[in-house]
Amino acid sequence: MILAALFFYLFAGVCVASAFMVIAAKNPVHSVLFLILAFVSASGLFVLLGAEFLAMILIVVYVGAVAVLFLFVVMMLDVDFAELRQGFLNYLPVGALIGALVLVELLLVVGAWVIGAGVPKTITAPIPPMDAITNTEALGLVLYTRYVYYFQAAGIVLLVAMVGAIVLTLQHRARVKRQDMAAQVRRTKAEAMEVVKVRSGQGLT
Amino acid sequence: MSELLLDYLPLVVFIAVAIAIGLALLVAPFIVAYQNPDPEKLSAYECGFNAFDDARMKFDVRFYLVAILFIIFDLEVSFLFPWAVAFGQLGPFGFWSMMLFLGVLTIGFIYEWKKGALEWD
Repeated sequence: MILAALFFYLFAGVCVASAFMVIAAKNPVHSVLFLILAFVSASGLFVLLGAEFLAMILIVVYVGAVAVLFLFVVMMLDVDFAELRQGFLNYLPVGALIGALVLVELLLVVGAWVIGAGVPKTITAPIPPMDAITNTEALGLVLYTRYVYYFQAAGIVLLVAMVGAIVLTLQHRARVKRQDMAAQVRRTKAEAMEVVKVRSGQGLT
Repeated sequence: MSELLLDYLPLVVFIAVAIAIGLALLVAPFIVAYQNPDPEKLSAYECGFNAFDDARMKFDVRFYLVAILFIIFDLEVSFLFPWAVAFGQLGPFGFWSMMLFLGVLTIGFIYEWKKGALEWD
């Protein structure tokens, strides 16, 4: 158990430090790499909690896909670092004001937050003991039947994301020749060629 | 609980060995290698001529489209894992709920195929 506590402090420390570096790093690409480190240590924390499925999904989806997407976005921005630092002092008062406001709001929310007395009793699907069934199976037992509406809503959200990404970013360049296999196969001899009798010495008119 | 964590011990050993080898290879050149730098050696080497411009250039937005379509199908597959593990106890309702989910995403897939989003040019 002492080993588990040691690993908890290792992962938590790395997670907080790299999350700080995400906002502190000057280079956006370094920020994304620190974000990946934060995701990996968070998945280590999930493993320590016994939530294996979430840990693996965090690695597969966030590290494998979302971080790559962030990298693409950062690359697409075409950041000029000298230009970025130029207006820093001009925007500092406004940025500091907004930051202070958000901090005050967060403090107010967290300070006034009380967990209702009846809330722990209203959990409808209690977590089954870990030695009885595995983490993934426990998720599967409730996700598709008890929480079916949330599950279907997730499907709709994914569909909207897919359609939205295509609508926003897909532009086919005009006058690029593409292969249309059906049209190629459909071509018949009659429409593709014409036999012409050319009389000697006259040519075609 | 600790049995579960013991399953991950080989992974910890693996990562520790990987970090040790990586750090050794990273640090050893600084200690062992003969170093005599000059400006010509330290400048960027681009096949004989001077570099034309900065290496930071804009990526085409089509990479982003490919990445986001990949994420969506990645998530779809990740929803299939718990379903497959608990399949025997879910019954017909769980089965059809997943079929509806897959159907909704298949609509998106057909849309994407017809729009030609999977073609590069």
